[in-house]
Amino acid sequence: MSKNTGPILKAIRLTKKVSSPEGELTILDNVSLEVPRGQTLAVVGSSGAGKSTLLALLAGLDEPTTGEVWLGESELTALDEDGRAALRNRQVGFVFQSFHLLPALTALENVLLPLELAGEADARGKAIETLRQVGLEARMSHYPRQLSGGEKQRVAIARAYVGAPQLLFADEPTGNLDRRTGEKIIELLFRLNAGTGTTLMLVTHDTNIAQRCQRRVGIEGGRLVLDETSAAA
Amino acid sequence: MSPLQLAWSTLLRNLRGGQLGVLLGALIVAVAALTSVGFFTDRVAKAVDREANVILAADLRLRATQDPGSLYLEQARAQGLTTAQAVTFPSVVVSGDASQLAAIHAVTSNYPLRGELRIAERLFGAESTRRDGPPPGEAWADPELLARLGLDTGVDLDVGTTTLRVTGVLQYRPDQAIGFVGLAPDLLINIGDLAATGLVQPGSRITWSLLFAGPVQAIDKFAAGLKDQLKPGQRLQTIGDSGEQIRSAIERAQSFLSLAALIAVLLAATAVAVAARRYAQTQVDGVALMKCLGASQGYVLRATLWELLLLGLAAGVVGSLLGFFAQAGIAWFVIDLIDGGLPAPGISPLFSGVITALAVLTGFALPSMLALRTVPPLRVLRHDAAPRPVSTLVSYLTAVGVVVALLVWLVGAGRLLLISVVGLSLGAALLSGAGWLLVLGLRPLRNAGGAAFRYGLANIARRRGESVAQIVAFGFGLAVLLLLSVIRTDLLDTWRTNLPADAPNHFIINVQPSEVAGVRAVFERNGLTPPDLAPLVRARITAVNGVAAQDVSATGEGRQLLRREANLTWADRLDPSNTLTAGEFWDPGTSRLEVSVEDDAARDMGLQLGDQLEFGVAGQTFAATVTSTRQVRWDSFRPNFYLLLTEAALREAPATFISGVYIPDANRQVLLELVRAFPTVSVIDLQSVLAQVRGVMDRAALAVQFVFLFTLLAGIVVLLATIQATREERRYEAAMLRTLGASRGLVFKGVLAEFVGLGALAGILATLVAMLMAYLLATDVFQLDYRPATWLWIGGPLLGTLLVGIAGVLATSKVVSHPPVAVLRAH
Repeated sequence: MSKNTGPILKAIRLTKKVSSPEGELTILDNVSLEVPRGQTLAVVGSSGAGKSTLLALLAGLDEPTTGEVWLGESELTALDEDGRAALRNRQVGFVFQSFHLLPALTALENVLLPLELAGEADARGKAIETLRQVGLEARMSHYPRQLSGGEKQRVAIARAYVGAPQLLFADEPTGNLDRRTGEKIIELLFRLNAGTGTTLMLVTHDTNIAQRCQRRVGIEGGRLVLDETSAAA
Repeated sequence: MSPLQLAWSTLLRNLRGGQLGVLLGALIVAVAALTSVGFFTDRVAKAVDREANVILAADLRLRATQDPGSLYLEQARAQGLTTAQAVTFPSVVVSGDASQLAAIHAVTSNYPLRGELRIAERLFGAESTRRDGPPPGEAWADPELLARLGLDTGVDLDVGTTTLRVTGVLQYRPDQAIGFVGLAPDLLINIGDLAATGLVQPGSRITWSLLFAGPVQAIDKFAAGLKDQLKPGQRLQTIGDSGEQIRSAIERAQSFLSLAALIAVLLAATAVAVAARRYAQTQVDGVALMKCLGASQGYVLRATLWELLLLGLAAGVVGSLLGFFAQAGIAWFVIDLIDGGLPAPGISPLFSGVITALAVLTGFALPSMLALRTVPPLRVLRHDAAPRPVSTLVSYLTAVGVVVALLVWLVGAGRLLLISVVGLSLGAALLSGAGWLLVLGLRPLRNAGGAAFRYGLANIARRRGESVAQIVAFGFGLAVLLLLSVIRTDLLDTWRTNLPADAPNHFIINVQPSEVAGVRAVFERNGLTPPDLAPLVRARITAVNGVAAQDVSATGEGRQLLRREANLTWADRLDPSNTLTAGEFWDPGTSRLEVSVEDDAARDMGLQLGDQLEFGVAGQTFAATVTSTRQVRWDSFRPNFYLLLTEAALREAPATFISGVYIPDANRQVLLELVRAFPTVSVIDLQSVLAQVRGVMDRAALAVQFVFLFTLLAGIVVLLATIQATREERRYEAAMLRTLGASRGLVFKGVLAEFVGLGALAGILATLVAMLMAYLLATDVFQLDYRPATWLWIGGPLLGTLLVGIAGVLATSKVVSHPPVAVLRAH
């Protein structure tokens, strides 16, 4: 049972260095973090603070220079690229600032994609149901270019949730949206999260959104400078 | 979802979305160009083969100096072949007081098996075609024979001990070009009347011919079986040895057509490479997302390969169909020009189409597409995370490998292959080098000119790699277009003028030494240039370096020369249609006994300089030393010989004289005067042979012109692909510039300056490359003296500037007019 009760995500002394014309740059410096299952967590910080780098490392999209990342019982940093991809497919969902929908696919096909990659049965039924949950049942056969920004992000959210991931990463999900639409998207994200019990890790520089999360982690200059949990959460 | 399913849906969706348009278009153009050429050349080759067979009046012909009997005929019929017979001999025919030597051709009723006879009812009457010989009791006479006898049709002619009614004027028989040393004008009679003539006696100079026709495979099989049974004095004639003139023309036609095909494919392949690179770029984000969502590298690889395979199959089938219809269209245009129409094409070009599509994709698209495998999933967060580029060396090696394989497949591993590879490699190296030089040379220019000019130049310099790639692509496309224009106009003109309008159209043969001066005088009297007459001595080669001729191993023509009587000549200088390839030609008036041997014959007999050939002429033998070898242009229609000796060697030998002369239609009366004054002199009409060779050339020209359309299309696709490859980038830059305050006009002029600059440079380079290749092709493959036309110097660069400039304007008009805010927001 420990599998289901331990932290869903664990980062141990993560460091990321890159070489640049000015010499070696440390983007992330010795960051350790543990995220319990079901928690909603905001990663906040100014532009260039290292938020996206942290997200990339935690999701296994990039490899740290040193340190470990554990996703549940699996050590992500010990896997090769294909191994990490397989793990992401089963356990992780993504919502991006610029939506990242495939322009050649309809809304339904975009939502279908992760299920089809996983070879899941009744993929279509699940995708349609998820699109219904985000209120887009009438827009299923539309291509991304025929959708508004808010609708695109709702398709992206449906795609992120359709595989029932244990962990969902959202990178500035309202960054490309106006305030009103952004608020609606955040509502949707939290509603779905509450319904599924998915762990939500949200990268944002919007303090209002951050305040809605149970926990806030602040990052500046590649180091953790804040880790607070709301009493209300 | 299996990789195949994903590939299928990606392909369909990208087709719908338009991302595959240029790539698929380029591929279809490549396949259509190749298959249309394939289908068309297949038909033309069949037509050429068929017409070459016409020269034999059969597919296979056996000549014998003794009656071969009916054994071979029975064997042939048993194998399903059609057979006919011809018996040829000289005899005097008589009508009233007039008598004349004629070459009697006694043929079976079904003669000829291939080709047609052209018969007129009376002298100068209208011609009609016949596919059967004269019925028993009738004879068809050469107009020259009737002229000499002072007769027309409708009269009776005594042939030996029988009398035949002349019912037709024999204007043409398909096999009249075989062995031009016929002695007299023809009289065609039915073989059924042969016995009644009483002319076939032991010791008579008679040639028996057995004619066979049937499907190619059956003929090949029968010929192979027949070869082993041949007795002395029996010789098989196939298309391969039915006259050097026709063979030479066919080889050239094939060279031209193959060249046209490979140029079209290479050009389209360039477009495929550019388009595939761009297509791969458009797929990077999607692949990154799929990897982010859990797709493995292997999955991406398999899906990519499936996608290429499906794309290749689709383009192969669609392109082949297009190619088929295109060739049907062009065949419809030329059908009237070709006797008997074109045979139906085979289906093999269809398979070639699919193979070509896959090969071009493998060589030109696969490297770019394989890079997709290495797209880092991190790209979903950081747009600068890019896939590992495929090593340039690997890309080039793959492309070169496929190109060479395609070339070998299309033109064979011959000289044309070598020249094409060298030309293309040199061209690519030249273009790349010049591209780098241009980019480097831009630095000092960047402080000159207005803002638009600087912007344009800055663009070229900043995208250095892309600029060089574009210059190479534009330059290559233009070079190919120019080269084809050069071939279509310049080379073809040069080629045609090598057979000038006043090429000899008659052979005058059997002129006695005492008649040479008289014959020349007839021409002079009629205001024509008197012909040079070449001596002809019939002789046998009896030994080579002391080894008896029959014991010397030899192949091909060499074998014929060693086994039967050969035509020798002597001369003090080389005819212009001959080129010395080894050794030295003798000084005029030399007293040494020397021989100059034609290249192929020397090779077939294994002769080296210094070898001794022993000749037997009229009971005398003498030995001559091989002191040189020559290349002979057989299609010059000048009297040419395998063996050319010093006068000292042949002065005492019995000789007749021959010449090739051009007699304009208006001066044909000179022929009548000639045969009346010199009854034993024979005149052979070369018009029909010439017409046949010209026909082959015209067909080649038509096919090349036809392919030119496809190559033009492929060139346009190359331009579109290269421009589209940088359109996104340009759109973003234009938006940035306009946001910073640049006017639309300025941005427009800047892009125009860039394209015009690229185009002019590519045009100049293309001109150089095209001329180099044209020169190599002209001198080494087609053996022509080539002088480039002046239009090329001006036309090449102008074409480059215009084509690239206009394409640039068209492609950038949208870029400039796009609202900057929309572009910047999308980024």
